[in-house]
Amino acid sequence: MTEVRSYYGRPVIKEPVWKWEVPTYFFTGGLAGASSVLSLAAKLRGNEKLARTALYVGAAADAISPALLVSDLGRPERFHHMMRVFKPTSPMNVGAWVLLVSGGASSTAALLELAGRLRPVRLLAETVAALAGPPLATYTGVLVADTAIPVWHEGRRELPWLFGASAAASAGAAACLFLDPADAAPARRLAVGGVAAEAVAMNAMELRLGEVGEVYHQGAAGKLAWAAKGLSAGGALLLAKRGAKSRRTAALGGAMVCAGELCLRWSVFKAGFQSARDPRYTIGPQRARLET
Amino acid sequence: MSTYEQERVGFFTDTSICIGCKACEVACKEWNAVPVDGTEWTGESYDNTSALGANTWRHVAFVEQPHNGDVRWLMESDVCKHCTHAACLDVCPTGALFRTEFGTVVVQEDICNGCGYCVPACPFGVLGKREEPKDGRVWKCTLCYDRLKGGHEPACAKACPTKSIQFGPLDELRARADERVKQVPGARLYGRDEDDGVGGMGAFFLLLDDPEVYGLPPDPVATTTFLPSMWRNMAIAAGALLAGVAATVVRP
Repeated sequence: MTEVRSYYGRPVIKEPVWKWEVPTYFFTGGLAGASSVLSLAAKLRGNEKLARTALYVGAAADAISPALLVSDLGRPERFHHMMRVFKPTSPMNVGAWVLLVSGGASSTAALLELAGRLRPVRLLAETVAALAGPPLATYTGVLVADTAIPVWHEGRRELPWLFGASAAASAGAAACLFLDPADAAPARRLAVGGVAAEAVAMNAMELRLGEVGEVYHQGAAGKLAWAAKGLSAGGALLLAKRGAKSRRTAALGGAMVCAGELCLRWSVFKAGFQSARDPRYTIGPQRARLET
Repeated sequence: MSTYEQERVGFFTDTSICIGCKACEVACKEWNAVPVDGTEWTGESYDNTSALGANTWRHVAFVEQPHNGDVRWLMESDVCKHCTHAACLDVCPTGALFRTEFGTVVVQEDICNGCGYCVPACPFGVLGKREEPKDGRVWKCTLCYDRLKGGHEPACAKACPTKSIQFGPLDELRARADERVKQVPGARLYGRDEDDGVGGMGAFFLLLDDPEVYGLPPDPVATTTFLPSMWRNMAIAAGALLAGVAATVVRP
């Protein structure tokens, strides 16, 4: 990055104050959203075992997600203040509503499935969860992009795609963890396809980011990005090559992809801190903009 | 009824006459009961405050630089810009941040739940989350909302001994600044232009060097300017996710 003038090398913008709960939620929220879609699609296709597994995975991830978010608040007892307005200019507010709908629907569906009762209500709940799923899996890309942090804001076109692909990969991989390989063919395809789409989105984003994107090769964000690529590609390879034959290999591959997707979310999260900390990333592009 | 009702007010900070006394910092802390935030010696000229944040709502920057074979000292009292297009206000998910009748941007302390979204959304790094004493909420300059309601000027402007910090109706301040900038060699206005990325600042400045020298972003843009296109893009990505999952399941 070219040198800039600055105030004693101090950052111009503030680093986020979000803690470990937030990147972890990016993973669980994505897993929940994509799993709800996978569940309904499998059900419509007549693959009951896959549908049930994805339903439970989605409901569990949907249940953990709000707990993580409330825990991250400076005043957790005021979490419901998110619900006193509906505010489309705030991705976090929109996300809270989407998560409320998604979580309510998927937990209702999962409980009714367990109880084996009220089939029409369950189907309605599954449909609502499947419709709320894609926004839930992708809005977090808008959430981070809608900040002054250069590496996030300049990646705004790719981030929802990256997070959506990562969510798809984790949903497929998580289903492979719990299913007999004979029932998991669509889940394997989803995991492998998600990993491939994610690689495309990540490369496109890095191309666009140019020098601002170099934080993805430095420090914690760099290490996590490498881990994400290695784990998800390795896991996808295992699932594609031997996932249909060996239950243990499928479980290992699924676990590796899930771990890779978690690392990806953490890598994006850490990249934001590194980008905010160095005033060159804030001042450089702005100065260049003024001089052209 | 206050004096300034329904008229947008703000600050014009003329850094060419700032003497770096920090009376504004002290007056702000005193009036608003802002907690102590450490007494660290930075070695950065006379500045041991360093940056705006939850517990610093006025910050005097000190720059020592070579100038015409000599050394010159630049001083600037920084503050929340009370932007026309305020990203912090837009992204706040609870509505704790709001636009007052004076056109200023204020956090309602009884609503804020400490989500922290406004902190990285601000292009100037103004807002901070207060951790100590145990609080968890976000704080920033209120442009002395309570004093405005009583018809008084904000504490920092009141305390400024050189009138470097000028408070008043924004239109008047802008007219005054337009005159002043012609008189001071090397001066430029920052935040005066309503066509800039934040729609003009309610608190704007006369500077003697590039903004980044004082720690200010040279071309700040409210991130939410791009939000409509971000939502559209997300909707397409969400549709692709739906279609992608359906495709993997349907394939025989």
